[in-house]
Amino acid sequence: MTRSVVVTGLGVVSPNGLGAKEFWTATLAGQSGIGPVTRFDASPYPVRLAGEVPGFTAREHVPSRLIPQTDRMTQLALTATDWALADAGVEPEELPEFDMGVVTASSSGGFEFGQDELRKLWSQGSQYVSAYQSFAWFYAVNSGQISIRNGMKGPSGVVVSDQAGGLDALAHARRQIRKGTRLIVSGGVDASICPWGWVAQLAGGRLSTSDDPERAFLPFDAGARGHVPGEGGAIVILEAAEAARQRGARIYGEMAGYGATFDPAPGSGREPGLRRAIELALADAGADPAEVDVVFADAAAVPELDRSEAAAIAAVFGPRGVPVTAPKTMTGRLYSGAAPLDVAAALFSIEDGLIPPTTHVTARPDHRLDLVTGAPRTARVRTALVLARGYGGFNSAVLVRA
Amino acid sequence: MSKQFTLDDLKRILLEGAGADESVDLDADILDLGLEELGYESLALLETASRIEREYGISLDEVELTHTLTPRELIDAVNTCLTPSAAA
Repeated sequence: MTRSVVVTGLGVVSPNGLGAKEFWTATLAGQSGIGPVTRFDASPYPVRLAGEVPGFTAREHVPSRLIPQTDRMTQLALTATDWALADAGVEPEELPEFDMGVVTASSSGGFEFGQDELRKLWSQGSQYVSAYQSFAWFYAVNSGQISIRNGMKGPSGVVVSDQAGGLDALAHARRQIRKGTRLIVSGGVDASICPWGWVAQLAGGRLSTSDDPERAFLPFDAGARGHVPGEGGAIVILEAAEAARQRGARIYGEMAGYGATFDPAPGSGREPGLRRAIELALADAGADPAEVDVVFADAAAVPELDRSEAAAIAAVFGPRGVPVTAPKTMTGRLYSGAAPLDVAAALFSIEDGLIPPTTHVTARPDHRLDLVTGAPRTARVRTALVLARGYGGFNSAVLVRA
Repeated sequence: MSKQFTLDDLKRILLEGAGADESVDLDADILDLGLEELGYESLALLETASRIEREYGISLDEVELTHTLTPRELIDAVNTCLTPSAAA
């Protein structure tokens, strides 16, 4: 019998809400965080919209000792961790340090910090480069800083698989808990809205060049034309179910199933791996497709990727066989932060019996999706499926259950 | 009159480059405490030394940045570098 692993705390830093409650309220109200880029002058670039986390002042949340050595993504992650631990009612200093670990996902690392230091290197000289450049840009830095700040010395690491990484991290956290660690801080936060991050993302060719915040990111719509990049994400506290119950913790839900696959080589003509990832997650949870009450879609907004995702969902659940939603239409794609944020939304859906809407989208009829649009839909939600695909062929699926 | 490096200069540079630990009061009597005791690990010391070198145009290559280094020792080392006879 494998150990059941549950979510007991959520910390959210989202373009449409700083804080889990703020995010969920905004999401149900259809409030978008997408707007013109303000963090740098994007006017000379072909992409000028972003989902930026508003009103975050690092000094208000992060100790001064950590500010000179951290990128914005780490400052956001440390803050989300504080909130998630508080939400879970966990005081890290009260638990044995080797019983707590940190497994986050990352997609780009601390790009803004890295860019500033590279600029100093080439404009002023090597002696002007911060000693903290040695780690502040690094993919694993959020896990490291969370671990140091909270005295967590159990199994820790980072996974890097673009958007799928947000689910892969949760799965690895669950694996570590099943091997005996009591609590893992997991999830993901990315933030690379800076010129270096921008050109790196532009090179991928999947960004929307629209300047209209309401028409720029339209997954499954006939007007789909790529995505708007965003920043932020969610930190999730995972615990062994019996330990959580023992301490009387509030339990959001169980991380009941996980599946991950890799796409066949481009041009092979073989089916992409998403359908198999869904089936693996269902099998892992011992769940029948009919038990799934809602699917949180990856929602690439690239026409052929929308088509393949819709086909995978229809293949498992039947045409229009399950409600599907993409609240990321209000945040942009958050890379490693996207799926943990969707998991948070899925758990709130379970709690409130409300499926949040996909905003500004009219689903193409040929996708054969029951897409929740316009307003939240009232539904009894006991089981939710979250999908995430990563650039380069990663497919992951997580099933959460009440 | 050559430039002097003071405790206030050191505190300013520490704060700029590495901040201050929540549990430490830099305005207390810190001259003879180890910098590590004050919450500055090896990278913070490296960053601090590098900022001093840049601002004062000196090289601290000869100073051993150990965890037991105290503000007084660091200030003395900087001032030795700033003394014209030492540069000769």
